[in-house]
Amino acid sequence: MSFTLKKNGDVVVVDVEGQLIVGNRQELKQKVLDELEKGDRKFLIDFAQTGYIDSSGLGVLVSLSKKIREHGGELRLANLNDDLQTLFELTKLDTLFQIADTRERALEGF
Amino acid sequence: MTPSYVALDVEIPSDVRQIEPIVNLVTEHCKSLRLSRRQCSLNIPVALSEALSNAIIRGNHEDPRKHVRLRATVSDQALVFDVVDEGSGFDMQKESHDPTTAEYITREDGRGIFLMHQLMDRVEQFRGPQHVVRLTLNR
Repeated sequence: MSFTLKKNGDVVVVDVEGQLIVGNRQELKQKVLDELEKGDRKFLIDFAQTGYIDSSGLGVLVSLSKKIREHGGELRLANLNDDLQTLFELTKLDTLFQIADTRERALEGF
Repeated sequence: MTPSYVALDVEIPSDVRQIEPIVNLVTEHCKSLRLSRRQCSLNIPVALSEALSNAIIRGNHEDPRKHVRLRATVSDQALVFDVVDEGSGFDMQKESHDPTTAEYITREDGRGIFLMHQLMDRVEQFRGPQHVVRLTLNR
């Protein structure tokens, strides 16, 4: 499991490889907060290579979204597989995030 | 009818980094059973992660001297996971709330018990000499 951060224009794109769970959520949180601290305001988390997310992982996404908004920025999500989509629907977090089918669509108009 | 059998009986230290390897082991075993893809890739890994996480963090308070036991029993009808910690247990009923409401949806915590109930057919708690959370998934 790893998190890779790359810049696409002024958007920080984060790839989540493996799981986003209680054992690694702090690492993702810190990496994104570090970029926010440096001045970045647009974030896209891409789940194309993600297996599953537990409640701690979902919680970190909620917390990051709030933090980024407080700094006048935005967090978008992309590439949820069917299982992740179900997870977001069960928890109604699909109503809280802007979720795109693909990375390209998420970057449109960002 | 095949009698039920214990497919896995392991103890792990109270360290959240131990959750992923043990969940991966269970998920791999599930693929050899007649379960749906979603049961193997969503229901079991997420619900089991939540139960193990609760046992390590809330049950054993991440005390490295304490352990969490996972016992998986397979029958023709169901998979049953017993997650046993060394704590006195917490009142799961009391701490159950709907995290999808306006009051809770923007909170970072509080989705674990809800997800266990959503993804399993039955979630039970036994508080005695040991604290056990039992997850049952029908086949």
